[in-house]
Amino acid sequence: MSEGLVQTVLIALLGGALRVSTPFMFVALGECLTEKSGRVNLGLEGTLVLGAMTAYAISFHSGSPWLGVLAAGCAGAALGAIHGFVCKLPRVNDIAFGIAMMLLGTGLAFFFGKAYIQPSAPRLDAISLGGWSSDPRIASALQVHPLLLVGILVALAMWWAFANTRWGLLVRMSGDSAQSARAMGVSVDLVRFLATAAGGFLAGIGGAFLSLYYPGSWNQGLSSGQGLMAVALVIFARWNPLRCVAAALLFGATGAIGPALQSVGITQGYYFFNAAPYILTLVIMIGSAGSQKAGRDVPGELSITK
Amino acid sequence: MTDFRVSRRHFLHGASALGAVGLLGATSRPALAAGVTIGIVYVGPRDDFGWNQAHAVAIKALKSLPGVKAVEEENVAETDACAKAMESMVNLDGANIVLGTSFGYFTPFMADLAKKYPKVEFRHAAPLWDATKHPKNLGSYFGYLNQAHYVDGIAAGLSTKSNKLGFVAAKPISSVLSNINSFLLGARKVNPNATVQVIFTGDWSLPVREAEATNALIDAGCDVITCHVDGPKVVIETAEKRGAKTCGHNASQAPLAPKGFITGAEYKWETIYKSYAEKLAKGEPLPNMLSGGYDSDMVMNTAFGAGASDEARKAATAAIADLKAKKPIYVGPLKDNTGKLVIEKTYDNYDPYLDQMNYLLEGVVGSLT
Repeated sequence: MSEGLVQTVLIALLGGALRVSTPFMFVALGECLTEKSGRVNLGLEGTLVLGAMTAYAISFHSGSPWLGVLAAGCAGAALGAIHGFVCKLPRVNDIAFGIAMMLLGTGLAFFFGKAYIQPSAPRLDAISLGGWSSDPRIASALQVHPLLLVGILVALAMWWAFANTRWGLLVRMSGDSAQSARAMGVSVDLVRFLATAAGGFLAGIGGAFLSLYYPGSWNQGLSSGQGLMAVALVIFARWNPLRCVAAALLFGATGAIGPALQSVGITQGYYFFNAAPYILTLVIMIGSAGSQKAGRDVPGELSITK
Repeated sequence: MTDFRVSRRHFLHGASALGAVGLLGATSRPALAAGVTIGIVYVGPRDDFGWNQAHAVAIKALKSLPGVKAVEEENVAETDACAKAMESMVNLDGANIVLGTSFGYFTPFMADLAKKYPKVEFRHAAPLWDATKHPKNLGSYFGYLNQAHYVDGIAAGLSTKSNKLGFVAAKPISSVLSNINSFLLGARKVNPNATVQVIFTGDWSLPVREAEATNALIDAGCDVITCHVDGPKVVIETAEKRGAKTCGHNASQAPLAPKGFITGAEYKWETIYKSYAEKLAKGEPLPNMLSGGYDSDMVMNTAFGAGASDEARKAATAAIADLKAKKPIYVGPLKDNTGKLVIEKTYDNYDPYLDQMNYLLEGVVGSLT
């Protein structure tokens, strides 16, 4: 493989990480927050799709894509709130109800999104960080969207808040030991309700990125399972917001391997390379699951671990 | 619960028929309505800028004909859902003919329904009907879209500066390969230096990977992009954003790329659907196999966009005239891109040998696995 080929693949990996990772990042951060409080919300795939549709529709009607982003967040928060409310009722299983919410979210999005497949809505613009380079490929790969930076800031804030604030402590305590939280006079249900709604808000914004920036159109196959994958990334990232960001970036970059290798003429085995993100995730999970620390990262109240 | 299954539609139908008998026995549904009712089932949304839209456009044109009624259902999965949708079109809407537009509808669903409802015609949009296996009221229709991709190739070959054309393809099956190869032959006919670089995404609808593939092709130097995926919207829009020219697929994507659109390969299902409607209205039998290309007006090219030069327009228009005169696309001998002789002689555009294509011709950068 000559130097030019290596360069092309590296640029593609960089571009892929910057372009594709944002929705994974937002959904993973949202799920991380929810799971830290002791609930699993599998419905975020539906939230992602509904967010994408809402953002596109609002941007189309109002002419302002950022208003669309906000609306997507609100739609996501509404779905999250439903999940948060219903799951506090006795004998409701959060995983089963999450699946129901996933179907509800996609169903609503398909139903209301019918009218928005054809029209063209105003999209979000990116910031060019590659102006210094004369190589058009680098310039194009370094088109960074502000939401990616927002996602990284949110992750930093979450990471700091979990460790250093009272709110962070409450969320962690609700997730690790509901009894201790109750003994302290904390309403565990309220904490989880708020955490699920806020998680839904973040996932909705991830959807807005899909429909308003990349790939940048609304259609029914838009998500193709990214929301579900992002939920899995949280486990991969062991409930750490910073690792969620890293996992999302890695996932975006490896996702670019398949197309990039084909474009430089390494055309054999594209099914294998297209599966690269999943293979890598598996390998890292197997590698890290054996460590002593891994077990301690799991929130104790999660119904999957109980 | 072996064979005793009554669907809800059936139950309602039966119940209403009982009621009708109780009244006068005169309100039961006539087997044939005064006009012709066409039922059509789509696998995706009708306005996907792609495969489903191409069918829906034809049905819309059909609705303007006097005496023709059309019933449509979208987003029907290739499961039992398709049988239910079709059955309700037969029982509740009185459809005389039911069209299934997705590959997986055929067996077992349409084959079973055709046996169950021998008076209703069933037609499916892929060459799967087999006289020895399937009932006479079932059949297939399809268009040779590769002819329109050949015309795309000619226009693209004269519009490229880098001589590198990009093709985003879903899966390496014969119909896709035939479009890629025809696109290459068109480009090579007018520009011997042209190459076509293929990226297979692996499935029919993966918007994010399609966008990635488009970006990767443009990064590799391709300046004209075309595709064979279910909904070409993402590919065309991404290429337009990057300043590359585009050729469309399935339906018209011209409005998506005001600057770079050259032309596109489109089906003209209208021709087939109109002939079905006319034959049914006259009570004539329908053909079991109906297919064709430019010479029978079953495919077409989108009107030229701003990306097409005068030279490209002229050459493409001349190529269309050639295809209407049945001039062959595959002029042998031709080698595949591993150096093997795959097309040893010149084949007619409808030669069954070409339907079994499992190779990429020399000049295509890409591989099947």
